[in-house]
Amino acid sequence: MDLNFTPEEEAFREEVRTFLKDNLSEDLATKVRNGRELNKQDIESWHALLQTRSWLAATWPEEYGGPGWNAVQRHIFEEECAFANAPRIVPFGLGMLGPVLIKFGTEEQKKTILPRILSGEDWWCQGYSEPGAGSDLASLKTRAVRDGDDYIINGQKTWTTLGQFADKIFCLVRTSTEGKPQQGISFVLVDLKTPGIEMRPIKLIEGGYEVNEVFFTDVRVPVSNRVGEENQGWTIAKYLLGHERTNIAGVGASTEALNQLKALGRKVKRYGKPLAADPLFAARVAEVEIDLEAMRMTNLRMLFGTSDAQGSVSSMLKIKGTVIRQEINDLARRALGPAASPFPSEDVIGNYGIAPPEAAANAANYFNNRKLSIFGGSNEIQRNIIAKETFGA
Amino acid sequence: MDFTPTDDRRMIADSLRRFLSDTYPIEHRNKVAYDGAFHDPDGWAGLAELGIMGALVSEDDGGFGGAGFDITTVFEEMGRKICPEPLLANLMALRLYAAFGKSERIEAIVAGSERAAFAFDESDSFGDLGEISTTFEGGKLTGRKTVVYGGQAADWILVAAKSGGKLGLYEVKASDAEVLAYPMIDGGGAAEIVLDGTPSECIAEEATDAIEAALDAGRLALCAEAVGAMDVLKEMTRDYLMQRQQFGRPIALFQALQHRLVDFSIEIEQARSIVIHAGGKFETEERALAVAKAKNLIGRAGKLVAEEAVQMHGGIGMTWEYAGSHYAKRLIMIDHQLGDTEDQLRKVMALTDISSAA
Repeated sequence: MDLNFTPEEEAFREEVRTFLKDNLSEDLATKVRNGRELNKQDIESWHALLQTRSWLAATWPEEYGGPGWNAVQRHIFEEECAFANAPRIVPFGLGMLGPVLIKFGTEEQKKTILPRILSGEDWWCQGYSEPGAGSDLASLKTRAVRDGDDYIINGQKTWTTLGQFADKIFCLVRTSTEGKPQQGISFVLVDLKTPGIEMRPIKLIEGGYEVNEVFFTDVRVPVSNRVGEENQGWTIAKYLLGHERTNIAGVGASTEALNQLKALGRKVKRYGKPLAADPLFAARVAEVEIDLEAMRMTNLRMLFGTSDAQGSVSSMLKIKGTVIRQEINDLARRALGPAASPFPSEDVIGNYGIAPPEAAANAANYFNNRKLSIFGGSNEIQRNIIAKETFGA
Repeated sequence: MDFTPTDDRRMIADSLRRFLSDTYPIEHRNKVAYDGAFHDPDGWAGLAELGIMGALVSEDDGGFGGAGFDITTVFEEMGRKICPEPLLANLMALRLYAAFGKSERIEAIVAGSERAAFAFDESDSFGDLGEISTTFEGGKLTGRKTVVYGGQAADWILVAAKSGGKLGLYEVKASDAEVLAYPMIDGGGAAEIVLDGTPSECIAEEATDAIEAALDAGRLALCAEAVGAMDVLKEMTRDYLMQRQQFGRPIALFQALQHRLVDFSIEIEQARSIVIHAGGKFETEERALAVAKAKNLIGRAGKLVAEEAVQMHGGIGMTWEYAGSHYAKRLIMIDHQLGDTEDQLRKVMALTDISSAA
């Protein structure tokens, strides 16, 4: 066994680190570090900056404008981005639709859609879940009925992340009610400007807006917007969910969050001493550190074993990774004591200084990150996947 | 032993439950909790009319209750509706005024015509009155008090401050101080109170015991509030599991989920029991230990119930529109008030000291 990265990998890490140091603005990094909501322009400008090096679409091969990285390089890149407090790359076009089109799309679809994802001309969002189809995604009911060269779509999608910024949406729709529910689903691309679409924001527990409901009323979409064969959408959906899970453990982001937690512990005082000197706090931080260390190894074992996340390993990483991140958020909230209570607003953070600015949103982030164990296949569903593999039924 | 509440307390609970159900449906509750003064003057007047503030003070001091079980009776109902009114602030103020025989203020608060708040925390003094650095000198207070619950809607601010090495209690007219008001993440208001040579009246030069007792009253209230909120959140979660269909059946039929609801139901019963224990010990020498035990257990149970309820609801539990999310927030944030689970644990460890033989 050799647990070291190769000199080439270390050199790559250095290259990424230098790029981030030279190009990520302090303003943007501060916003990310402080857990503030990013606006559309923040994200778009960061995407554009990465694309100057062709680093934006980490999973794409070079022929389509990606960097052609292997899994280890992607891991190093994601880790360095997290350490630098770079904004997370919005995955819907780059990490989800892109790989789907590269594998299942027609030449025409690849030629017209992929460059617009890279250039930022098209912001994509995801139309998967419905009010009645969450964990049981295959029960989705949004109908697409064939009418000549068009589909006519009726129904409702929900939990569409950052739909408020999007130009287009990729959807799972029902094209047949024959056979098993999984057999009648198709994967369709829809321009959000098409008549009959309404996007409504959903306010989240902590007061932020990042998800939406999308209503479709007689929305007419050309059949050529379908990806893959009719009624074969479930295969694509499963492939896409696999991609969604490659960085699901979020080891880099949790490592950075843990470092910030320790810094906060040194900054705030409790009983006349820094909180970090309190054994009850220090013990809990040490426990998370141990869990995270093990998680880092589990993640690397998976990375070096296979090139793509698969089956129950990625489910395990999802469960453990989200639990660790939530525990760090929990400690970061508690570290503030009563100062965690104020509703975070620019006004309160700017003028009142109740908590250190980088920690003022800690309670809000704790509440918001309860989503981690719910979305992308809830942790209960991940357990079902592992159980199915374990027991073979 | 008899675990039945007295008739008086049952009447208070019933009438308060009816009043809060009529007055604070969740939409109105959220409006009050996050908008304007983070407090509803009409709702407050209604609470006074019901005698709720009077129930928090003894007969001798101008009320008609004041025992531990009176506090838990009132606050459990407040928790069932996650009522954002500044009753916690006024409970602590009432106890302090009572400790020093300030009957005029008690009368006004009980009548609902005035409100007060208790300012004790400072950025570097959380959980530790010894670290308070606000000082009283020559009739004036200087210092900054942080996250003063109900401070945004108070006529009077009671301030814990140092003078000549003693921890005393001083009263400031709210309009004489700089009051920076804001909503809390779980609703309801608080304020930063900036004192810069602010004129004030000395209530007591030495007030440590009275302050500890008032904070314990507040802690007991928060514990009971949490029990009320947990009860409701459990019912909501149970109803949701029975109504939500996935994989062709109500998800309540999945044993994995049944067991999780059962686990948190057990913790709720434990929480209820420890609050009854603390209520029973409230008038004894064991008050501080019993309250610390209660608030530690409540902090743990509240977190479990809040997190599991959100998780079992799935995405719906993450939305502002769903009432359950506000109950979850309140349960989590109760642990941030008047000392969290670790603070209580430290106190229990210090008071029981298992290293010295009994």
